[in-house]
Amino acid sequence: MIALEKRPQPSQFWSFAAPIVAVILTMIFGAALFAMLGKPPIEALGKIFWEPLFGEYNFFYLPQLLIKGAPLVAIALGLSLGFKAGIWNIGAEGQYIIGALCGAGVGLAFYPMEARWLIFPVMLIAGAFGGFAWAMIPGILRVKFNTNEILVSLMLVYVAEQLLASMALGVMKNPDGMGFPGSRNLSQYASSSSWIDQSNGMHWGVVIALIGVIFAYILFAKHILGFQIKLAGQAPRAAAFSGVSPARLVLFCLGTSGALAGIAGLTEVSGPAGIVSIDFNVGYGFTAIIVAFLGRLHPVGILFAGALMALTYIGGDIAQSSLGLPKAAMQMFQGMLLFCLLGVDVLTNYRVRMMKRGAV
Amino acid sequence: MTEPLMKLVELTKAYPGVVANSDVSFNIEAGKVHALLGENGAGKSTLVKTIYGLVKPDTGTMVLDGKPFTPTEPRAARAAGIAMVFQHFSLFEALTVAENVALGMENPPPLRDLAQRIRDVSETYGLPLDPSRIVGDLSAGERQRVEIIRCLLQDPKVLIMDEPTSVLTPQEVDILFETLRKLKSEGTAILYISHKLEEIRALCDHATVLRLGKVVGTCDPRETSAREMAELMVGGTLHVPKREAGEAGETLMQINGLSAPSPREFGTSLKDIRIDVRAGDVIGIGGVAGNGQDELLSALSGEIRAGAGQISFLGNDIGHLAPDARRTLGICAAPEERMGHAAAPDMSLTENAALTARKRKDLTNNGFIDWGKTRNFANEIIERFDVRTPGPGNAARSLSGGNLQKFVIGREILQDPQILIVNQPTWGVDASAAAAIRQALLDLAAKGAGVIVISQDLDELMEISDSFAALNEGRLSKPRPAKELTVEEIGLMLGGAHDMEVAHVETAS
Repeated sequence: MIALEKRPQPSQFWSFAAPIVAVILTMIFGAALFAMLGKPPIEALGKIFWEPLFGEYNFFYLPQLLIKGAPLVAIALGLSLGFKAGIWNIGAEGQYIIGALCGAGVGLAFYPMEARWLIFPVMLIAGAFGGFAWAMIPGILRVKFNTNEILVSLMLVYVAEQLLASMALGVMKNPDGMGFPGSRNLSQYASSSSWIDQSNGMHWGVVIALIGVIFAYILFAKHILGFQIKLAGQAPRAAAFSGVSPARLVLFCLGTSGALAGIAGLTEVSGPAGIVSIDFNVGYGFTAIIVAFLGRLHPVGILFAGALMALTYIGGDIAQSSLGLPKAAMQMFQGMLLFCLLGVDVLTNYRVRMMKRGAV
Repeated sequence: MTEPLMKLVELTKAYPGVVANSDVSFNIEAGKVHALLGENGAGKSTLVKTIYGLVKPDTGTMVLDGKPFTPTEPRAARAAGIAMVFQHFSLFEALTVAENVALGMENPPPLRDLAQRIRDVSETYGLPLDPSRIVGDLSAGERQRVEIIRCLLQDPKVLIMDEPTSVLTPQEVDILFETLRKLKSEGTAILYISHKLEEIRALCDHATVLRLGKVVGTCDPRETSAREMAELMVGGTLHVPKREAGEAGETLMQINGLSAPSPREFGTSLKDIRIDVRAGDVIGIGGVAGNGQDELLSALSGEIRAGAGQISFLGNDIGHLAPDARRTLGICAAPEERMGHAAAPDMSLTENAALTARKRKDLTNNGFIDWGKTRNFANEIIERFDVRTPGPGNAARSLSGGNLQKFVIGREILQDPQILIVNQPTWGVDASAAAAIRQALLDLAAKGAGVIVISQDLDELMEISDSFAALNEGRLSKPRPAKELTVEEIGLMLGGAHDMEVAHVETAS
C-alpha cells in the first residue's frame, strides 16, 4: 500500500524540484503520445525543446520567445496576486482585449500626429486603464453584491470579444484599408509602435513584464501588502483578525491583474499584432492561468514558466509543420505539463510512505 | 474477581517523531466508570481512537468479552458494542435532532419511530431532548445529549466520553452525571476522559494516569486528592499563579450597549453588552461555548465593527476602528481558534509574529517589513514563553496546539497592550504551561493593563479574575466581584435561559 502523509513543513527540496520533475515527466509521457501517433518521439521532443533555442534557425525563433513569453508573464503575474489571495480572475483574456482596444483607440485617435513622447505613454495608460476598468466590473460586483468573480470575469471575456469584433469592423476599421477588416497598423507608425528592436523581438511589453517580475518579487518578499495577500489566501479569518480589509484586497488584486493584462494587450496590438482585428486575441489570457500555476505563483517561477510555455508554443508550431503532428497533440502536451506539475506538487506537502498491506 | 469486560494489553502506537502510546495496559470493568487522566499530548486521544477502531496499534492486543478485539473501523467497533461521544460534535446544524441521529445509523428506522425511541431513551436516562428541534438552535449541552442518545440507541457495552463536561454548565454536568450513574448501574462500562480532577473524584471508580504515552500510575480517585492526581499527571509539583492584590485604576475601556449581529450562520448576536475595564483589572467572562464568545472577541478586536458610542477607549469612540488601528491604541486580542484565526497554519512563526505585532513592535518601514526585527521578536516570544520549536522559521502548523497557544498569547502580551482580550487562553495547554500563561496575564494586569479573559474553564476564571460576568446567548450578566461568588451562583449566572431541568431519574435501587 502506498500512503500519503502530510509533511509538518512544506519540503524545500520538492518546491524547487517539482517543476523540473514535471517537465521531465511531460517529456516522457509526451514522447509516448508522439510514438503512439506514429511520429518519432525523440525527434519531436527535439523539435519542441531544442530547435527553437539552439537549432539552425534560432535567430528567427529566439525573438519569438520574447514576443510570446512577455504577455504570458505579464498577465500571469497579475493573476498570481489574486490567486494567492483566493481571488479568481479567469477573465484576463477580456481585460487583455479591452486594454488593447482602449490603447489602440488612443493611438488611432491621434493619427497622424507624430509626437511619440506624448502618444505612446498615453496609449500605455489607456491600455492599463482599460484592463483595470474591465476587471473592476467583477471586482465591484463581488464587493457590493457578493457575486462570483470567476463567472463574471469569464462572461466578460465574451462581451469583450464581441466589442472587439464590432470595433475591428466598425469604428476602428482602417479608412484606407480597401474594405479589409481591421484597423490601421499601429506598429508602422513611430508615434504608436511598441517596438524597441523588432529584429530581436524587444518591445515595451517585454520591458514591462520584466519590471513587473521585479516589483512582484519585492512585493511578496518585503512588503506588507504581499504578506496580506498571502495571508488572505491561506487563512482568511487570520487575515481579518490581522486587519486586512477583504474588499480592498479584492479590488487591488483584480485591478492590478486587469491593468497588467491591459498593458499586455496594448503592447501586443501596437507591436507584434499591429492591427485591431477580429481574431486579435489568441488565448494568452487563459494560457496565463496555466503559466501562473506552473510558476507556482512565484514571480521568478512565472518568468521561467512563461518562457517554457512560449517555447512549447513555438516548438509545437515547428513540430506541427515539420513532422505533421496534429495541433490537438500539442495542446494535449501542454495540458500534460500542468497535469504533471499538479501531480508532482503533492510531494511538496506530502510524503509517500510505503506500507505493508494489512498493516495500516 | 470477575473477568474484566475489556482488557488492553501492551498497546503501542508510534507516529513519525512521537510515540503516542507505549505499552499501555489496563482493564475496564462492566458497571464501573474508569477515568483516563493525562495532560494534552499524553496519548489519551490515541488510546481511545484505538479502542474505537480509528487507529490501529503497532503492537499490543485488546480483548473484549473474552474474545480478541481488533476493530478495523469505527463501524466494527460499534457493532462490537463500543460507543463514543467525541469532544467536538459531528452534527448538522440545519437538521433536526432525529435526522441527525438517523444519519449516524446503519439502517435507520422511519423517522417517526426513531423520534419515539429518542423520546423513550431521553426519558429513561433523564436527558431532556425534543427530537424535532433543529440542532442549530440547541445549546452545547443539548447537542451533547444528541450525541449521547445516538450512542445509547446502540445499547453499548463500553461508552467512551472524551472531555464531556468542557462545554457544560455545572447544572448540566449534574444532569450528565446522573445519566452516567444510571448507565453504570445497568452494567455499562464507561471510559471517562477528563482533566477536571474534582469531577473524576465525584464520578469515577478507577483512574489510569498517562504521561507521554505511558501509564505512570493508577489510583482510586475517591481516595486520592486532586492535587496528588495532578502531580501524577504532570510528573512534578504544580505552580499556582499568585497575584498581588492591587487597587483597580482608572477606567480604560467602556463597553456601553454593544450590540452586533454574528457574521456566521447559527452564530450568536451580541445584545446590549455593558462593562467597564479598569487598569489593573482582570475580568473573567464565563459561559458555555457558542454563547457569543467568538463574537465578543471579534467585536473588541475590531473584526466586527460596532456602532457609534458602543465601545470607547480613554474616552474616545473606537467602535468604528479596524483591528490595526485598535492595536495602535493598545488594544490587543487573542482569539480562541489558533489555527487559521489567531495564526496562519502554513506560515512561519516569524510571519505569524508580523500578523498582529506590526504596528506596536514597529516592524514595518513605509510598508516594507523588517524581517530581521520580526524574527527577533518571534525569537523573543519563543524564549520568554517557552515555545517548543526548532526555530522561528517553522510553520505554525508544525507546533502542537499548546505550544502554538503559548506563542499566540506571548505575541500579544509582549506587545505590552493596555487592554488584552483573550478567549480560552489555556485551552489544550498542559498544566504547567497553563499556569505560566495565567501568571503572565496577572503580571500584565499588575503592570496596569486591563485584561478580559473569556473562558469556559471556571476554575481558571476563579483563580485569576477580580470580577466575573457570564455570557449567555449574547447577553452579558452584570459583573460581580469574583471572591464573593459560589459555584452554585456561577452556575445560575451561566445557565441563564437554558432549561435547567434536573434529571428525573428513578434512583437505581
